[in-house]
Amino acid sequence: MPVADLTPELALLIGAVMIVLGAAFLPHARQGWLAGAALVTLTIALGAVVVQWPAAPSLTFSGVWILDAPASLAKLVILGSGALAMAMSPDWMRSDPRHGEYYALCLFALLGAVVMAAAGDSMELLLGVLLSSAASYPLVAYHRGFAPALEAGMKYFLIGALANALLCVGVVMLFGLVGDTDYRVLAAFLAQSDSLVLSVAVGCVILGLAFKLAAFPAHAWMPDVAQAAPAPVAAMLSVAPKVGAALALARLVALLPGEQGLWLVALVSAVTMTLGNLAALRQVDVRRLLGWSSVSQSGYALMAVAVIGRAEGAVSALLVFLVAYALANLAAFAVVTHLRGRTDLADYRGLARAQPLAAVVLIVAVLSLVGIPPLVGFFGKFLLFEATLAADHAWLAVVAALNTLVSLYYYLRVAAAMLFAPHQGEVSTLGRASWLAMLAGFVLLLAASLGVEGLFQEMSLWRAAPAG
Amino acid sequence: MLTVALFAPLLGALPLALNSRWSAAQARWIAVVASGASLLALALAWLTFDPAGPLFQHIDEVEWVPSLGMAYRVGVDGIALAVATMSAVLFVAAVVYPFDTGGDARQYYAWLLFLHGVSLGVFLALDLLMFYVCFDLTLVGMYFLIGRWGHGDPQLAAFKFFLYTFAGSLALLLGIIGLYLALETPTFDMRAIIEQQPLAGRGTYASLVFLAMMVGLAVKTPLVPVHTWLPQAHVDAPGPASAILAGVLLKMGTYGMIRLPLAMLGETFSRFALPVAVLALVAILYGALVALGQTNLKRRIAYTSINHMGYTVLGIAVAASLIGGHDEARRLALTGATVEMVAHGLITGSLFLISGSLWQRTGDYAMARYGGLARRAPQLTALTVLAAFASLGMPGLAGFVAEFQVFTGTFAVYPWLAVLGVLGIVITAALFLDLLWRLFFGRLPEHLAHFPDLNRIEIGVLGVLALGVVAIGVAPHFLLEVVEASASLLSGGR
Repeated sequence: MPVADLTPELALLIGAVMIVLGAAFLPHARQGWLAGAALVTLTIALGAVVVQWPAAPSLTFSGVWILDAPASLAKLVILGSGALAMAMSPDWMRSDPRHGEYYALCLFALLGAVVMAAAGDSMELLLGVLLSSAASYPLVAYHRGFAPALEAGMKYFLIGALANALLCVGVVMLFGLVGDTDYRVLAAFLAQSDSLVLSVAVGCVILGLAFKLAAFPAHAWMPDVAQAAPAPVAAMLSVAPKVGAALALARLVALLPGEQGLWLVALVSAVTMTLGNLAALRQVDVRRLLGWSSVSQSGYALMAVAVIGRAEGAVSALLVFLVAYALANLAAFAVVTHLRGRTDLADYRGLARAQPLAAVVLIVAVLSLVGIPPLVGFFGKFLLFEATLAADHAWLAVVAALNTLVSLYYYLRVAAAMLFAPHQGEVSTLGRASWLAMLAGFVLLLAASLGVEGLFQEMSLWRAAPAG
Repeated sequence: MLTVALFAPLLGALPLALNSRWSAAQARWIAVVASGASLLALALAWLTFDPAGPLFQHIDEVEWVPSLGMAYRVGVDGIALAVATMSAVLFVAAVVYPFDTGGDARQYYAWLLFLHGVSLGVFLALDLLMFYVCFDLTLVGMYFLIGRWGHGDPQLAAFKFFLYTFAGSLALLLGIIGLYLALETPTFDMRAIIEQQPLAGRGTYASLVFLAMMVGLAVKTPLVPVHTWLPQAHVDAPGPASAILAGVLLKMGTYGMIRLPLAMLGETFSRFALPVAVLALVAILYGALVALGQTNLKRRIAYTSINHMGYTVLGIAVAASLIGGHDEARRLALTGATVEMVAHGLITGSLFLISGSLWQRTGDYAMARYGGLARRAPQLTALTVLAAFASLGMPGLAGFVAEFQVFTGTFAVYPWLAVLGVLGIVITAALFLDLLWRLFFGRLPEHLAHFPDLNRIEIGVLGVLALGVVAIGVAPHFLLEVVEASASLLSGGR
């Protein structure tokens, strides 16, 4: 057993277990230390990912675990988003005397997302999705006395239970039909047979992943979670599981022969981005608005999945876009966290005067989400457009362009409220750690925008060796 | 040199945005220095530009994203140089021109300098993606200038402006990607693309790419029927920003038409030259007629912009038409289109600065509330009359040189379009004479009894712009020499 291949995941697991133990024995006043423990764990895991960065794709643990550059990059994003969320958390959770387990749950949720990104086997995929879901439900409802949080948690749980059950059914059906869970065997089988049952099974799996991606039709939890969950959790859940699920979906779709699966994904993509944007238009609550925007961004990400295998740049487009989205979304939620979860758009009026840095970070983040050059979001969208046009899906690129235009409306509303309106009232902020996390998110976003070439260099190496 | 011209304003904007200690006067000085340095660098580039040399000169190149074929590439041909220099002049004018910044002088000048830098980036870029990046960033700069310092309903105007022109940008982006995908070796180097003409003979695909680009650029120009963002953006924008909007940002549409479709998709453009020319004619007549019906000073000037940009597009369309044996006429039309861009920038720039001055004095754009100012403010009257006469195409002033060339070129290729187009000039003459009459003659209303004339700075700025207008009108050689060299390479060299 090549245990060393799993160093990052093992580090996460051990760290999470230690934190659970620590939470049981540490007095309430000292539970904030566990945030430090979680950060150390994540740093070790991040280091391990960098050290084991694979030169060529390979499989390990009898073929269930994929080690390739896309998986490693996804792990970096997932763990990095977790680290930022951890840095925001201690200030946010200070009012909750019992928050030790919180950090362990976060690590488990991240571990689930990492497993999704690296799964080369349908059982492995199921494991990742279930682990990440099970750990996320309690996180969303962690503010036990806050009714909206409980409502969001319940909604998340109900949709998740249904989607995960369908995913389970799909995986079991695939196993029954194929007799194996390995993706390679699955691909060989799919290439030969074409039965209705098979289509249903694949459909169920895609639906299960759509839930993690917050894509239509399992997207309804995202705005509620963004609005009511603890803000650091909202930041993490709008990024980490999505990255894992997008890559998992890309790997799965790449196995499918013929056009049907791709068309299904393309349709889901178009509906998701349109729905997310239209719903975000009328929001007057910034966190809810970010939630809907995150739904629409999932739709954009699916554009790349819909042309996988048909355009050579699809995988790199997907990853660059996800990196860009993750950084911008984390920066935006870091601002919300730093402002103590301030959520009503009216409360953001004139913020540029009172909190110039927070306003600048939020504006740059939303401009990157729109895709204004030369921010990294532009390069993500550019690659998506390029891949879809190269695969003759011009209609999808046009739909995405129209959606980008629609999204400009609500993103600019946030910017305009902060800049153009006069300021009134006090602005209270969280603390030094959340300020640092906000700054770190901002710096990372700018660094990615300036250093986008490094990302592309990495990607261009993969074109020779496709993922999966 | 071009790099200096591009980065001097951006470097100036940075400390202005970060340092909170400077007073309004200091901020203004820094802005003037940064803007002036940029203009100086461009003037130097002009002096060392060799009209007999290769198409693109003064080239600087730095790798940026080589795996996409994108790089920081700047360089100019005569057309770019003329338009860029005009833009820099206008930016210096806008910075120097007195304006009440409402206590946020630093931010105002920082945004203005930022806009200066990225606008020059559009004109100087030799990289398609860098062109697009700067093209989009100008929207951001203008959005904040209008939204923060505008009057009336500035946020709505700024928003409408951003939304409309961003829609155009996205169409342009799709066109650019379509063009990029057709290349054998992926690159955004404009010189390589112009040389390859990748879409020549590619039927529907080429048409789609061309249409996507033209839609994007037409919104910015703006051509009828996608012009509706312009009047409101102008009316609610602060005076100097209006001057930039009309003088510089609109040129990006027409300059883009020369740089992208005309140079890179020449064969495809020639198939669509007639429809584009007809659209331009519609813009000429429609813009002039609607302008005649306006009672709001700024709206009237804004609609004349649509009319004037119509002349430019007409010239470009004529240059693109490949009807045999008219090389000379097409070169003339392209030269005329470029001179029109420069002339319109200077003329309309001054007209908008003047209306900014009127607003600062009275807070009103309704022409009915003015009258008889000729006696109270003789200097204002003189400068406005000069700009208005230049705008309506009076011989001896810049507008005439441009329109004469455009119409002569058009007459050779599409005679009946030229005949109809000249009607536009007649209407423009009527509307400007009416404007002058309403503002300056007749009875002086009581509330204007203490109307102050222009101050020294305003006279200086408007005087320099007027000097440019007269110089181009009387001795256009210095401009034509530079422009013609590139125009003949672009229209005859194919």
